Amino acid sequence: MANIISDETIEYVGILAKLELSEEEKEQAKSDMGKMLDYIDKLNELDTTNVEPMSHVFQVNNVFRQDVVANGDDRDNILKNAPGIKEGAFKVPKTVE
Amino acid sequence: MSLMSLTAVELGKKIKAGEVTVKEAVEAAIAQIEKTENRLNCYVTVDKEGALKKAEEVQKLIDNGSLTGPLAGVPVAVKDNMCTKDLLTTCSSKILGNFVPTYTAEAVVNLEKAGAVILGKTNMDEFAMGSTTETSAYGETKNPWNVNHVPGGSSGGSCAAVAAEECSYALGSDTGGSIRQPSSFCGVTGIKPTYGTVSRYGLIAYGSSLDQIGPVAKDVTDCATILEVIASYDEKDSTSVKREDYDFTSCLVDDVKGLKIGIPKAYFGEGLEPEVKKVILDAAKVLEEKGAIVEEFDLGLADYAIPAYYVIAAAEASSNLSRFDGVKYGYRTEDYEGLHNMYKKTRSEGFGAEVKRRIMLGSFVLSSGYYDAYYLKALRTKALIKEEFDKAFEKYDVILGPVAPTTAPELGKSLSDPIKMYLGDIYTISVNLAGLPGISVPAGEDSKGLPIGLQFIGDCFQEKKIIRAAYSFEQTRTYKRPGMIEE
Repeated sequence: MANIISDETIEYVGILAKLELSEEEKEQAKSDMGKMLDYIDKLNELDTTNVEPMSHVFQVNNVFRQDVVANGDDRDNILKNAPGIKEGAFKVPKTVE
Repeated sequence: MSLMSLTAVELGKKIKAGEVTVKEAVEAAIAQIEKTENRLNCYVTVDKEGALKKAEEVQKLIDNGSLTGPLAGVPVAVKDNMCTKDLLTTCSSKILGNFVPTYTAEAVVNLEKAGAVILGKTNMDEFAMGSTTETSAYGETKNPWNVNHVPGGSSGGSCAAVAAEECSYALGSDTGGSIRQPSSFCGVTGIKPTYGTVSRYGLIAYGSSLDQIGPVAKDVTDCATILEVIASYDEKDSTSVKREDYDFTSCLVDDVKGLKIGIPKAYFGEGLEPEVKKVILDAAKVLEEKGAIVEEFDLGLADYAIPAYYVIAAAEASSNLSRFDGVKYGYRTEDYEGLHNMYKKTRSEGFGAEVKRRIMLGSFVLSSGYYDAYYLKALRTKALIKEEFDKAFEKYDVILGPVAPTTAPELGKSLSDPIKMYLGDIYTISVNLAGLPGISVPAGEDSKGLPIGLQFIGDCFQEKKIIRAAYSFEQTRTYKRPGMIEE
């Protein structure tokens, strides 16, 4: 395997991805990601000098419209899906110490 | 003969003529679900009560002349990644196990306006990440042709449900082949439209620049009819395209005289099962005999589509799936210390292995220091792939090839080697990268009796050409039903 994923990298990716991995999952992730990157490195065979990155196939333009409220107040229904609610708002653990 | 053996358009005609009531049609679908569902698991949710209630409403609108379209009263199944108001929408994930949307996806709204009756939500790979429907948190779906095999994925539930006649037609979504590949494996027809043709509003996002909703049905006529209904310009989807034509059924014509068909040599190389190859090349001969001009050509970048796709799709997935944090909807972990620990534990417990694998890869390729080398490199590759297709379509009306290198693999054989599984997407994935339309139609079977699909790829906005080619080819065959329905 050409791409060796270090413990540090997996820790860092875990922070970015907001995932808590068990030791076993970490080892598996190191191996999986290494293999995937080896495979993805195939792209380096292509000369892409002077090729613009294409994020959208078609020209995407800004679409302007009047900022008018088109939907009703659906707060109570929306909150029904929330794991925790309090006084008409989402309830979350303390965010500021 | 069951009402469920009819195509959606045939059933719609009978309903319109008053020969069949909507209730009878829905009851026939539910009867078939009750007969085969315990062996197949096509659905995550069957909404029997809702469907019967809707049947009455739709019947009234047909009777008073408000609903006159071809799909009025015809029962449909919807992939479980499209939001349906007041109906559980899980994306086949534990993290959305209790999610009941407060609105309906635009494509489904379009169907409802046309009088469709929703039977339920179909099983899929979790968040549409997979090629077998085995990564679902709600059990795998089995292939109606042989229950020891997978139906393909990620729209495996939709395609299996159509094949098993547990619905008259279904909606799927296609990010890298997720409509076409399971259509091929289940012996049904499916279209992935040009990017931007069907609104993505209310489709739970996986790879937003690649995702498209499309129809799955028994034949090309059904698919063109359904596409005509679901396609629309939608200002709620910023990538929705205002098309000049939406009359997809106008090209249901049995005529390929002079149609220029290109066959990419790269699609017939190593990895393609000989039985699949033979069926596709035989189909090319059939089209040639019908007057098409068939020619081989080079599509040299085919091998680069898969690595480019997995970088782009994983990157977009890592961003799209950051919304699942245990705050606004879905699952939240029981025990946690503080906000960040709650996020992490919720996501770690709520997502399955394949989803985590792609989120991690996506986070990595977008991270500082790797962004240029991986993400931008993939976007540059995408530009080259698009350019190569542009050149091909200067010469050809449509491209013909296999949908997948093999027929449906056995259950439990795919997930242990992700890269091998990803390689199965080789003929479908570049279509998504280039935003093109593609259709999968049944073309034959292998020696085990498993279906083999044929793929036509068109240039952007040229659905009509692939529909005409597929329709013409279809006229040379008869539709085959899996044996289990007859039992």
